[in-house]
Amino acid sequence: MADQLTGQPVAHPPPTPLLEMRSVTKTFPGVAALDRVDFTLRAGEIHALMGENGAGKSTLIKVLTGIHARDGGDILLAGKPVEPHSTIQAQKLGISTVYQEINLIPELSVAENVFLGRQPMKLGAIRWRSIRRGAEAALARLDLSIDVTRPLISYSMAIQQMVAIARALDVSARILILDEPTSSLDENEVTQLFRVMRRLKDGGLGIVFITHFIDQVYDVADRITVLRNGRLVGAYETAELPRIELIAKMIGRSVSDESAAEAHRETEADSTAKQPFVQVRGLGRRGAIAPFDLDIFPGEVVGMAGLLGSGRTEAARLIFGLDRADAGTMRIGGEPAKRTSVRRAIARGFGFLPEDRGRQGLVPDLSLRENIILALQAKRGWLRTLSRARQTEIAERFIKTLNIDTTDTDKPIRLLSGGNQQKAILARWLATEPALLILDEPTRGIDVGAKAEIQRLIARLRRDGMAILFISSELEEVVQSSGRVMVLRDRVKVAELCGEDVNEGRIMHTIAEAHVA
Amino acid sequence: MSKTPVTSSRAPVPRIVWPIIALALVLGFNLLFTHGFCQIEVRDGRLYGSLIDIIDRAGPVMLVSIGMTLVIATAGIDLSVGAVMAIAGAVAAGLVAQPDYSVLSNFDVGGSFVIAAVAALLISAIAGAGNGTLVAICGVQPIVATLILMVAGRGVAQLLTSGQIITFENESFAYLGNGFLLALPVTVSIVLVVFIIVSLLTRKTALGLFVEAVGGNPVASRHAGLRSGAVKIAVYTVCGLLAGLAGLIAAADIKAADANNAGLYIELDAILAVVIGGTALTGGRFSLAGSIIGALLIQALTTTILSRGVPVEYTLVVKGAVVIAVCLLQAERFRSMFLHVVRRRT
Amino acid sequence: MIARLMRQYGTLAATAVVCALLYVIAGVRYEYFFSWRVFFAFFSDNAFLGIAAVGMTFVILSGGIDLSVGAMIGCASIIIATLVEVAGWHPAMAVLCVLVLGTLFGASMGGLIHRFALPPFIVTLAGMFLARGVGFVVHQESISIEHQFYPAILDLPAGLARAAHLSDDAAQLVGLFVQPTAVVFLLVLAVGIYLAHMTRFGRNTYAVGGSEDSALLMGLPVGRTKVQVYALSGFCSALAGAVYTLYTFSGNPTAGTMLELDAIAAVVIGGTLLTGGVGYVAGTLLGVLIFGIIQTAINFDGSLSSWWTRIAIGFLLLIFILLQRLLQRTLGNAST
Repeated sequence: MADQLTGQPVAHPPPTPLLEMRSVTKTFPGVAALDRVDFTLRAGEIHALMGENGAGKSTLIKVLTGIHARDGGDILLAGKPVEPHSTIQAQKLGISTVYQEINLIPELSVAENVFLGRQPMKLGAIRWRSIRRGAEAALARLDLSIDVTRPLISYSMAIQQMVAIARALDVSARILILDEPTSSLDENEVTQLFRVMRRLKDGGLGIVFITHFIDQVYDVADRITVLRNGRLVGAYETAELPRIELIAKMIGRSVSDESAAEAHRETEADSTAKQPFVQVRGLGRRGAIAPFDLDIFPGEVVGMAGLLGSGRTEAARLIFGLDRADAGTMRIGGEPAKRTSVRRAIARGFGFLPEDRGRQGLVPDLSLRENIILALQAKRGWLRTLSRARQTEIAERFIKTLNIDTTDTDKPIRLLSGGNQQKAILARWLATEPALLILDEPTRGIDVGAKAEIQRLIARLRRDGMAILFISSELEEVVQSSGRVMVLRDRVKVAELCGEDVNEGRIMHTIAEAHVA
Repeated sequence: MSKTPVTSSRAPVPRIVWPIIALALVLGFNLLFTHGFCQIEVRDGRLYGSLIDIIDRAGPVMLVSIGMTLVIATAGIDLSVGAVMAIAGAVAAGLVAQPDYSVLSNFDVGGSFVIAAVAALLISAIAGAGNGTLVAICGVQPIVATLILMVAGRGVAQLLTSGQIITFENESFAYLGNGFLLALPVTVSIVLVVFIIVSLLTRKTALGLFVEAVGGNPVASRHAGLRSGAVKIAVYTVCGLLAGLAGLIAAADIKAADANNAGLYIELDAILAVVIGGTALTGGRFSLAGSIIGALLIQALTTTILSRGVPVEYTLVVKGAVVIAVCLLQAERFRSMFLHVVRRRT
Repeated sequence: MIARLMRQYGTLAATAVVCALLYVIAGVRYEYFFSWRVFFAFFSDNAFLGIAAVGMTFVILSGGIDLSVGAMIGCASIIIATLVEVAGWHPAMAVLCVLVLGTLFGASMGGLIHRFALPPFIVTLAGMFLARGVGFVVHQESISIEHQFYPAILDLPAGLARAAHLSDDAAQLVGLFVQPTAVVFLLVLAVGIYLAHMTRFGRNTYAVGGSEDSALLMGLPVGRTKVQVYALSGFCSALAGAVYTLYTFSGNPTAGTMLELDAIAAVVIGGTLLTGGVGYVAGTLLGVLIFGIIQTAINFDGSLSSWWTRIAIGFLLLIFILLQRLLQRTLGNAST
């Protein structure tokens, strides 16, 4: 734990770094999003900012670009303290950000997007010709020659990204923050982007590169800063940090304690003899997840491991029918299942606990009781209405078995704590008596006690014969709960581990291994 | 990052309390300053009086706001209710009276009010279903989708009446507007029956839950396996149907179909009633009783202003101010700003 | 080809085709329809609709809606008439006063919408109530304007022509064809086109309508733009009210009833996307012209009820809204 706060000594420290963030703290109601985080960016480097969900990457960037006001710490730009209060101010200081979802105006022309808000004027009129020339010149610096009068939306994501970078550089050019720039690009486009990044770096620009693609970090980044749970884990030279170490630091495990959790694991019943409840063959969707195979047997927990953005949720959504697969087949209970939809999936006994509880799970204004019976009632249709007494009975049963802490069943669910909300959504699916339960990050953002309860519940459901697909960023959890683990990396299923192989070290190694060409 | 829930230790005041207080204030004002306001006379076993009058006059708005409540609960809006009222009135009056100039004289219903009313209601429901389809299946924003019928609907009604006011002498039709049932005006009875039916349907079956879930969080509803499209089409259909019923009553009231003025601006009154009643324009939880009280409040205000000898148009200014006030009270940003100021003071 | 045209100009091309078709069909069917007189009347008869529609175009481009424009026209017209006839103001002063009031009124609606994140339609709905109510409070019935300034304005074009040493006949023709109301409309249109395409305010309006979040992150003045857009719409509808008094020589608190719907229809048929961010002010001219052609054709026919105008507009609105949805879906697919 020694390197937790200090980071490793830098070989040749330049006199003043381009950007220095010292002990930056940011607290949201109830959560410390950033806890005394240091971050240093030099001129002429590509610096990767890494971390799992909730690590504090985006908060750090938002503090830097003036979207959030920090609660403590200093920001020094070339040695001088700065106080950016808005994106505009940050831009004036020379800090520009290009977001993953490309924050430009899709319907307007490429040229206009580069100059929006700072158009050259003459006699009260916009000089469209110089905008066009300026945009062409700005894009030429990125080796891009396109018709700048066409609307942005008519170009590919990669080109839109380049336009966003061109705008950022044209506005101000000292620090460029790229927030997940590669997640919607194909391989050639990534290469093109990296070429541009290297060129800009050579021109003295400091680039902050946020991504969850490990390979890309090793491709292009000079240094890596790792955050975890709002704290700095450390800053490292890329060349001196092996992949496996990086992954271990990101998920907060050390490479050596792989056997520690092993003892807790329950031995799985031999499930290979039975027929799988769900049999997935070559299921995939372009841009989301490469075709994969998977069998899930009744009475077993299959884990899904992989870093953020590795395609875990995407795979689960395909199985549940939330997204349409463009390849592959599924058999359920031995029967071929054609044309999946959520309603069909639920009718077949699927349940899906979504990752984003607030957006995809809760109906915040409805009561705890209504949230619990929602899926069961939807499955029954409105004519077979559950009586109020029956609803209360179901709700109370789950409040008891899942130990939901509430005064009454009619309290709006938004007033409950995160852990209790999560249990309520779990209860919603258990009420439908599912044969397969897909749990996407069921323990995220809930307290330790509730976490342990949910893990115990998973074990119990498994013993009762339910098939469970368990997705979690916490390797420890995955290892403890699952008999088999499907490992994903960069939206490809790379391995399926079972038996002895299900341990943290093995999973981390599998994630870290380079692509098999 | 998941949002932490706003926890509040105080039990929330039921939202319906505010419109009830407002209504009580208006009625109390009248009680003190308007002579004979709360007198209810019994003549021939029928009730008469200012209070009964308010309820009677609020009939169409109450009916429309019941439908509007459901639509708004799904985070929608229906601007076409006034036009649908005009169409329904025109269809029923045209079929009953069979004037030569109207295209409706081609359909002989033998003067049967029942057939005419069923036809009018059917057409209204179809119009509502059309709105619902545009919203749910074509994905058009609700304001826009219903705007089309708002623009064209009154034209259609005028076409049916050939631009004339169709008067009719049909006992059963007129009864709808002027008759009495069990001592109460028929309009009041109809509103009561509709209110009870819709309340039962939404509170005793799962329909209300589905509506609130679809309006409260459409994404989560989809995840839970709800058919949000069907729910939306259903509420717009109900809204159209009830607007049609209101159109029949409005026509019966004056024994004529006036395509120009029937239900003019009623969409605004209905939206206002719903908002006053505590149903948020963003969808989710709804209160039918609240909307009814909202409609009564609007009518009580109008009656009060009239009875004080102020021209009726002044109510528009009051309504405008009320809309802004209610919306601000519902707006998250306003409330947090307000709380901020209060906290700073203390 | 069609797809590319649609991508470039939205449904504007379709609008132009519909407009031309309607004009030709009406012209072939009805005698004298192709006359210059009828053509000029499209502009002067629909001037106040057109002026309000130009303001509405900006509001819709920014992703909002303004339901108060019709009421504002009535309110503005009756205030002008009252100030001139009852209070004895000079019409120019009265108009100026109303323009300032209308702008402030619009700006405060914009302020509410922006500051408290209220839905535009409900705020402008309240604005509609208020404006209509205030109109009635100012004066209950229509007032005719007797001030000699008004006929003087109407005679201005002919007078100018005479001053330019044109023959009397020519001057009379100019007076007949060049209606001041139409001139004001075309001026507003020209200024609107300039604002939309040649100023930062206009481009920011497109950006806010295209994606408010992006506009914020790009550092554009989103709040200011929204307030300005509603202020502009308030100004335009107040001006439309002034033009109404010039057109009818009277002020009327009921003027412009339901006109907001016609204005919205004209804007949408003119190719502006109701979700904001895409469209042309010039398209709105086409929308207004289509409205005028249909109305005039129905008048020419004589046998058709004037209510066909509404039905036809409603039908066109339906078609164009569905076309827009289709366009958005294909654009959406193209980007992924």
